[in-house]
Amino acid sequence: MAKLDLYNIYLNMEKEDIILSFKGDITKELLSSVYQIVEARIENGNEDPKKKKKFFHVLVECLQNMYNHMETMQELDNSSPENNGSGIFMIGKGEDGGYRIITGNFILNENAGILKQRIDQINAMNPQELKAYYLEKLGSTELSDKGGAGLGIIDIARKSGNKIEYDFQYPSSKYSFFTLSATIN
Amino acid sequence: MDNLIIEGTNKTPVISFKADTGTLEIAGKSIPENSFGFYQPLFTWIDNYVLNPLPKTEIKISLEYFNTSSSKCLLDILRKLEALKKSAKSTVTVSWYYEADDEDMMEAGQDYDSLVDLNFNIIKI
Repeated sequence: MAKLDLYNIYLNMEKEDIILSFKGDITKELLSSVYQIVEARIENGNEDPKKKKKFFHVLVECLQNMYNHMETMQELDNSSPENNGSGIFMIGKGEDGGYRIITGNFILNENAGILKQRIDQINAMNPQELKAYYLEKLGSTELSDKGGAGLGIIDIARKSGNKIEYDFQYPSSKYSFFTLSATIN
Repeated sequence: MDNLIIEGTNKTPVISFKADTGTLEIAGKSIPENSFGFYQPLFTWIDNYVLNPLPKTEIKISLEYFNTSSSKCLLDILRKLEALKKSAKSTVTVSWYYEADDEDMMEAGQDYDSLVDLNFNIIKI
């Protein structure tokens, strides 16, 4: 194994103003701990209570979106290096005092197109349209035990008040690496 | 029938469903990964309650946070109570509480009010 340049990772995270990051298995227990850490941290700061709530709300949706997705992926072949149950997320302070939540995980290549389409569709909506779309989905879709039937992405856009940024990388013929970034100002 | 009392955790709300008073309370945070698993016993309790309800039923919801999968479960609870109201076996009042600075939670109450035919009180605390 090549020598790990931790200092460089540190500098990059410092540059991006990352306050919390994790790479590895995304479990319920991990999410509980993250919520506790984040809640304790924002409780201590002199943050606007509205912004705190929005941030926490979006954080929960982003992390659970990733968790639910990875649980689904685990039911597939999980022997490949791409699909080993591992994901990454970072929480950072944005410019102008906002927060940034970034998640990264593998998805099946065949699902990348539809996901991109859905995010583009949501990003094209204004707040009124987002609300109407959310209510329509809430009122009409069936809940699965894997989460909120696609409500998560709409809610991230709605609560953050910003466009969802995303990226797809294609490291293998089977899996894509999906990055989602939400900003709360 | 028995009351349904569940203590709150950092991901799940306090539940106090009382068959002897007809009051159903949900309070705290509702952000479990598997909301359906958490809410299933509540659905079952309501399905039993509506067989022999009190003449007046009140549901009090005071949530600090809830995730989107819980939002679906809350709607399912309200839909069960809407059916109870329609059956004319009980009146149903929804008291939706929100903290003064939490406009999102107030709006969530209004959203539910628009989705179901129930008497809603949206109350600032």
